Amino acid sequence: MTTAAAPSPARRLGRLERSALTGVLVREIVNFSSYWRSSTFSSTVEPTIYLLAFGFGFGSLVSTIGGYDYVEFVGTGTVATAVLFSSAFPAMFGTFVKYKFQRTYDAILAAPVDTEELVTAEALWIATRASVYGCVPLLVAIVFGLDPAWGMLTVPLIAWISGFGWACFGIMVAGFARSFENFNYVVSAVLTPLFLVAGTFFPLDQLPEWAQVLAHLNPLYHCVQLVRHAAFGWEGWSDLASVGALVAFGLVMWRIAIHAMTRKLID
Amino acid sequence: MSAELAIRLRGVVKRYGPITAVNGLDLDVPVGTCVGLLGPNGAGKSTTMRMLTGQSIADEGEVEVLGFRLPEESKQARAQCGVAPQLDNLDVTLTVEQNLLVFAHLYRIDRADRRAAIERALEMAKLVDRRDSRVDKLSGGMRRRLLIARALVHRPRLVLLDEPTVGLDPQVRQELWALIDALRSEGATILMSTHYIEEAQRLADTVLIMSHGSAVATGPPTRLVTEHAGRDVVEVYGPPARLAEVEAEAGAAGLRTRRTGTSVSILGVDGANGYPVEGEPRPANLEDVFVLLTGEEIE
Repeated sequence: MTTAAAPSPARRLGRLERSALTGVLVREIVNFSSYWRSSTFSSTVEPTIYLLAFGFGFGSLVSTIGGYDYVEFVGTGTVATAVLFSSAFPAMFGTFVKYKFQRTYDAILAAPVDTEELVTAEALWIATRASVYGCVPLLVAIVFGLDPAWGMLTVPLIAWISGFGWACFGIMVAGFARSFENFNYVVSAVLTPLFLVAGTFFPLDQLPEWAQVLAHLNPLYHCVQLVRHAAFGWEGWSDLASVGALVAFGLVMWRIAIHAMTRKLID
Repeated sequence: MSAELAIRLRGVVKRYGPITAVNGLDLDVPVGTCVGLLGPNGAGKSTTMRMLTGQSIADEGEVEVLGFRLPEESKQARAQCGVAPQLDNLDVTLTVEQNLLVFAHLYRIDRADRRAAIERALEMAKLVDRRDSRVDKLSGGMRRRLLIARALVHRPRLVLLDEPTVGLDPQVRQELWALIDALRSEGATILMSTHYIEEAQRLADTVLIMSHGSAVATGPPTRLVTEHAGRDVVEVYGPPARLAEVEAEAGAAGLRTRRTGTSVSILGVDGANGYPVEGEPRPANLEDVFVLLTGEEIE
């Protein structure tokens, strides 16, 4: 019960080490094997219901929007909804539960893992899940008549980048929150408006000018735009700008999430 | 650092707002020994433990673990430490084996050695035939054994046990003592916090008595007892008025006393020079030392 397997003291351990990230990811993957059914159910059924309700309910009133079939319009739009539901929400609640009730992070941080690595690995994992769940509405829409296109192969990547940002957003919120009740403010005041004004269910060009300008600050809007263009045709610079916006969102949220969690976990 | 110290704390202070949780603590844990941090709840034991893994950062003083300076090099130190926390933080929906597997990864055990490390930990915790049980199906004692085995999966050079038997039945506690004792006899370096006198007395080579964030005495348990409380104690039972009398008489004879609820303990009643009093003789223990030094009851 002495020395041996432990690494030699001479080796200097750096930041964002692969072995630390792997350790946290393995924990998530092993845990996922015990709850993947419920998680997959809620992350896929919810956006599908939105898609069906809006697509067919609303779609019977408006058959086309901006030249697209309404079902196709909503089917591509709800990818962003699926990404949001499978990243921001699990990140907020999961992080808070693991920190406060299961004390998982205490156990992980006693191992050779730093807060930066912990937050990064958690976000990578959630982003990966979101990139899979994000494709579900698109597949459902294809069943209901959306034409497959080569561009759609980029959707998992778009969903991944977007999901990473929302995962970090959720971790950040959990880092700043003092109790579960605090999440209500974030859901009502931030997520619901962003979710509704993202161009998912109706095009934003009918909105007043100021609202359209604000919409460009909404990461969900950029996700919706990119997915739609992946399905119906790219729009050059505007799409690149959207990718840039999502990457910037992810990077900023990532650093703030690390800051918030460090404050919370290390005293 | 001196090569033979696994832990070295000098003048460590940790404040939380107006509260000073650790107040100028010095602590040495020599390699290959078991040191017990003994003190009541709120003495600063858990905060001290958290500082050793870099989860709390000292406001003042020096913290060295396995030769690494904290907090700067805490990750290197953590790679070679095993920690069993006071509050169970196992993944309850996973099996025993899955919990160990996760920590084999977190502690960076090479793929080739992982299987063997998990088997060894299972055997140590005597959970080989429960390997496929979900943690939430285990008894309290099994969970605690798993918590300790999880801390040992990577053969750490230093083991930190925070209140390893708190809240367990006496019988289960003894099982855990056997586990810790086995660990000790294999030559592991252990720092264990506890508020159970018996635990510290049985398992620790050296005990550090903590009160209000600092050390009030340190040394081998038997030496602390003889130095501070003498060898023999007489316990006198009786109605409150009688107890007050006994206290006064003992005081007049120059002997120290302490109240223990329904009785008075008269300390240092050693050999023939003893104070002739009717009562039940018993050996002095660490609790006597603790109460004498701090004026507090320990439990």
